[in-house]
Order: sequence, then structure tokens, then C-alpha cells
Amino acid sequence: MNKSSSLVIRASRGWRGIDWKELIHYRDLLWFLTVRGIKAKYAQSVLGVAWAVIQPLFSTLVFTVVFGTLARIDSNGVPYFLFSLVALVPWTFFANTLTDSANSLVSNANMITKVYFPRLVLPLSSILSKGVDFLISFALVIVFLIVYRMLPSWHVVWLPWLLVVLLMTSLGIGMILSAMAVQYRDVKHAMVFAVQLIMYAAPVVYPTTNVPEGWRSVYALNPMVGVIEGFRSIFLHTLPFPYGWVAQGTLVATALFVFGLFYFRKMERVFADVA
Amino acid sequence: MNVIEVKGLGKKYRIGKADKQADTLTGALINGLRSPWQNLRNIRNLSRLDRDEDSVAWALRDVSFEVKEGEVLGIIGHNGAGKSTLLKILSRITEPSEGEVRIHGRVAALLEVGTGFHPELTGRENIYMNGTILGMRKKEIDRKLDEIVDFSGVEKYLDTPVKFYSSGMRVRLGFSVAAHLEPEILIIDEVLAVGDAEFQRKCMGKMEFVSHQGRTVLFVSHNLEAIKNLCGKTLLLNNGQVTAIGHSKMVVGDYLAQYSRQGFATSEWAEADAPGNEVVKLKSVRVEFSGDALSIRTPFDIIFEFWNYQNEMSSNISLHLLTMSGETVFNVFSCLDPLPRLRKGLCIGRCSIPGNFLNAGVYSLKFFIVKNKSEAVFSLTDALRIEIFDDRTDIQWYGKIPGFIRPNFEFTLSNANATEAE
Repeated sequence: MNKSSSLVIRASRGWRGIDWKELIHYRDLLWFLTVRGIKAKYAQSVLGVAWAVIQPLFSTLVFTVVFGTLARIDSNGVPYFLFSLVALVPWTFFANTLTDSANSLVSNANMITKVYFPRLVLPLSSILSKGVDFLISFALVIVFLIVYRMLPSWHVVWLPWLLVVLLMTSLGIGMILSAMAVQYRDVKHAMVFAVQLIMYAAPVVYPTTNVPEGWRSVYALNPMVGVIEGFRSIFLHTLPFPYGWVAQGTLVATALFVFGLFYFRKMERVFADVA
Repeated sequence: MNVIEVKGLGKKYRIGKADKQADTLTGALINGLRSPWQNLRNIRNLSRLDRDEDSVAWALRDVSFEVKEGEVLGIIGHNGAGKSTLLKILSRITEPSEGEVRIHGRVAALLEVGTGFHPELTGRENIYMNGTILGMRKKEIDRKLDEIVDFSGVEKYLDTPVKFYSSGMRVRLGFSVAAHLEPEILIIDEVLAVGDAEFQRKCMGKMEFVSHQGRTVLFVSHNLEAIKNLCGKTLLLNNGQVTAIGHSKMVVGDYLAQYSRQGFATSEWAEADAPGNEVVKLKSVRVEFSGDALSIRTPFDIIFEFWNYQNEMSSNISLHLLTMSGETVFNVFSCLDPLPRLRKGLCIGRCSIPGNFLNAGVYSLKFFIVKNKSEAVFSLTDALRIEIFDDRTDIQWYGKIPGFIRPNFEFTLSNANATEAE
């Protein structure tokens, strides 16, 4: 008999680290949950995956009319349409991830109370399935960049870094919200409008340069500021690459991610009891 | 060699949260407006068990036992005895509040069939979904896919979304995935209660096969026949504590005896606070039978005693036996012709129910004391609960045999012509 698979079950206390070995063992589950998320979402819909394009595209059109044409918000010298589209693609990913991962544990409560598996795969898989939407809408951005004949700057080498910041922020907040939502269903209700409101705390419809100079460093504590302005700088050459904001964002994103992980692990033990 | 060692295991839950939740929107709004702070405190307390001890209930307390390699252990007990909590701790779904469990070997727990099935996904996709949730790797499922599909008998619909499956097909598919896990320790919660006869036979065969391979099995069930036949050893839980562990036949016997004593405790009253009125007052309602347990074969008597305060009362008793879902199985009357004329004082009624008559299950008793054939002077609903246990020698089928009654009619089958039998 395999003695290596010995296990002791007892009440755990305090903060716990991540059991990477176990998470790796369950990587196939992560994959199938992600696939399930994507397939289930677009099952029995006529447009299917096209919805991933429609959401940011129509928001962009509305913003272009309302904020670009009517309110005449400054767009750092590029067409407002591109200005908001390039921001909306990472933003939509972030916002959808929050709503989805916040619900990921509650909507899978039946699984949590019936089978043991590392609970972390639930918010992880909801982020990964949103990643597919992100890639599709990102392809849309590329199409429009070609249409507008714009070449990305050499700072495109920083793009993976921006994606890491985006992922850590989404996952960090996603883990905190999902763990909270198990116990406090208020999270679910709050998320419905909160994601719409917090969009105005990020430079989606306006440029960061509209924020008073003295407040910008506080403003950039929002990791999405560095990400969005970074995207714009790379693809639209709006500003010089915002190293400072990205650095600030990286710090905050890392903090959110680490705290999220530990908070999730701390709350994990009561999920099955309160779900 | 022990593969499972449980020492001083306990699990507490917070109770009393349910009353705070309203089931109407208005009710919820009022509650929500009235007491967000109260809500916050209650919800926080759900996961904090160290305070406010009086609203904490122990689902399990001081549970210790050992399971040896290759043993098949049955776990029985009433609803709420802690069986499911024990399984949830052993399968790591929830953490214990105290004590510890040591497990040596790979565990697979089946508390439900088809966990993680998504209606929009096809049968094939759901096999992978369910299998990986249960801890299998994709490679492993690839290897066993044909066997799983074969066992489930849904090969024709493998690429059809599961939402178009019948519930039976879903269960079969789910069980097939689970049956192909290869754990060293298998924990099963009453999954045999589902599926048709043919499929149950397959499942039982699989379970026997697993236990003969020297794997350890923990099996929770209400089905005492299945427990007696499958498990060498049985654990009896009562109020979160182990009350017996040992040879299955003996523990099941204990359980039945304990249940008979508890379940059929005579409803008995002192005259001062007995239910009734100025005409009659009820003294007791009880069931009498000989032997350890009331099984479908056991004849039993239902006995009523009441004080009669009227002289020369022409009366009879009308008795209804109802299933727990409220259908009446029968309605019988005490002797109507001649109608007995009862004198003042204690009266006794006795209704004899033959064996091989009622099906296994829980029944509720309702009765009327009737005067002059038409005037109900007293009635009592749910006067007594009667549980009748199953008793079978045929162990091919463990599901509940349908019907209110379980008669043992003479029923033969043979060749019509004696020479054809040769």
C-alpha cells in the first residue's frame, strides 16, 4: 500500500499557505471547469463567442458618442473611439472577472458541499474562461489598429508585464470577493452596480491627465490606471510609457494578490459549513 | 493495519440562523431594514464557533474508531445522528472542530452522484468534468472512457447535452464515473437508493468487487438489509456519538431494538393533563408486538386506552393509517354491530394488524372516538408514528419495493406441462 499518501485531518488555525502540489494535481479539473465555463456561457446562443466582441464594442460606441462627441472629453490626441476601446478591453476583462469570480463559489455551492477539491480552482477557472473573451476582444483592438494604421511602440515588450498586473489584480480581488460572498451574499448584490461605478475610478472614459497633477500618484494606486494607460501608451502613443504608475500598480496588485490568496485559504475551511 | 484512525472527533455547528431569514421579499426587506447589525453579527458568528456557546450544537462529539485495511464498515443511525457530518469530515469537505483523523491511502468520497454535471455539456464532457472533480487525471479518464461508457449504458447519447437525458441516465452516467475511481479507501453515502433494478444490481456487484479487491469501504445507508449483507462491521451513531461498533448483524439488531424502544414509546398521559374532553380522555396509544423489531412480517396490535365519563355510551373507534405523505392506507372501525355500550371508567381498544401486510416505511396514526356511530367525541391526528422495517431474504435488489402494502400471496410459477420440464 502506498504509505506516502498519508493524511491527517484536524482543525486548522490561522493563516495557511497554498498547497501547490495539490493544485497541480487538480490542473485537469481547472482545465475542464474553464472549458465548462466557456461552453456553458455560449451554449444555445446564436452569436456565441461573438458576444465577447459585442460587449466592449458597443460600450465603446456609446462612450464615443456620449463622452467623445457630446461631452468632448480629451482623448490625448487620438480618436476617442480607439482611446476608449483600448481601455475597455482590459477593463471589461477586469469587471467581468470580478462579477464572475465573486459568484464562483456561491454558484458552485453544491460542489463545495459534496466533494473535496482545492477550492481555489473555482475563482481561477472563472478568470481563465474570461481570459478567452479577453483574447477575442483583444483581436478586435488589433483589427482597429490596422484599420487606423497604428503601429505599437517598442514598449510593447512591457505588455506581458501589464497582463500580469491585470491578472494579479483580478485574481486578488476575485479571491477576496468570492470568499466573502460565501458568507455575505451582500457581495453579489453590491457587485451588480459596483462594477459600473468603479469604472469611473479608472481612466476608461477620460485620460489620467485630466486628474489634477497632485492627485495622480494617489489615483495610480488603482492598479488598473497603470494597466490602461500602459495599453494606451503602447498602442496609441498617447503618453510616454507610464513606468511610475505601472510600478505603483504592480506593488498594489501584488499586495492584493498575496492578501487574496491567504484570505481565501483562511476562509476556505468554513466554505462547506456556511455555503 | 489501520487505514483510518479517528480520535476524539467533534464537529460543532451554529444553529438558529434559519429563523432570521424571511421567505418573502417584503419580509426580507423588513428584516433587512430593521436589523442590519443583527444580521452582520449573526452571519459573522456562522464561522466563529468560539463564542456564544448556547447557540452552538455538536453534530459529532468524541467519536473514535478504527478501520482496518480491506474492511467494509457500515455506518447507520437516525436522521441527524451525525452520519453525513462524519462522512464530510472523512472526505475533507469540512474540518472537524476537535480531534483528528489519520488516513493512509487515497480516498474517494461519493456523497452524491454526478457532482459538477452541467446540463449544457455533453455526456462525454461531463464524464471528464465529474471525473476530474473526483480527483482523477485526464489521462486516467481517457484510459477508462470506454469502460465507463459501457457500464453506464448511454453510449448512444454520449455526444448529446446532458439536459436531454432522463434522470435515470444521468444517475447511471454519474455512478459509472464514480465506479471507475481506483481509490484505496472508498466512502459511499446512500448512492444505492437511486437507479433501476438492473442498474442497482450492477452497482452492488461493483461494490462487492471493490471490497473483494482488499480495498476499504465506508458505507452509510438507511438500508439495513444492504448493510447486513455488505458490511462485515457496522458503526452505530446516535446524537453524534458512537453507541455501538462491531459485527453488523449485532449492531443492526441493537439499532432496531433501540429504535423500537424509542420510536414506539407509548404515548401515555396522566388523567389530569390527558388530551380529551368531558366525554372521554385519552390514557395511552401504543403498539405491541413480539420480537426485537417491527418488520413487514411481524403482526402487531395498536392499543388505545381512554377514560370514559359517560355511562352507557354506544361508541366505536375509527382508525386511519396514513403514510407520511398523507395518503390514507386504510380506515377501519371497531365493532359496529352490535355497537358496544361502554360503562364509566377505563376502556381499552385493540386493533390487530397482521404480518405480511403493510409495506416498510413510517406511518402515522389518526383516530376518532365516535358516539352513536356518527358523533365524533374525540379525535387525534398523528397520535403515533409507526415504523416498519424491511426484512428480505432476496438480496439481489435493495431498493424499496413500491406500494402501500406488501402481501405475501401464494404465487407459483412452473411449466404448464410436466413433460416439458424434463
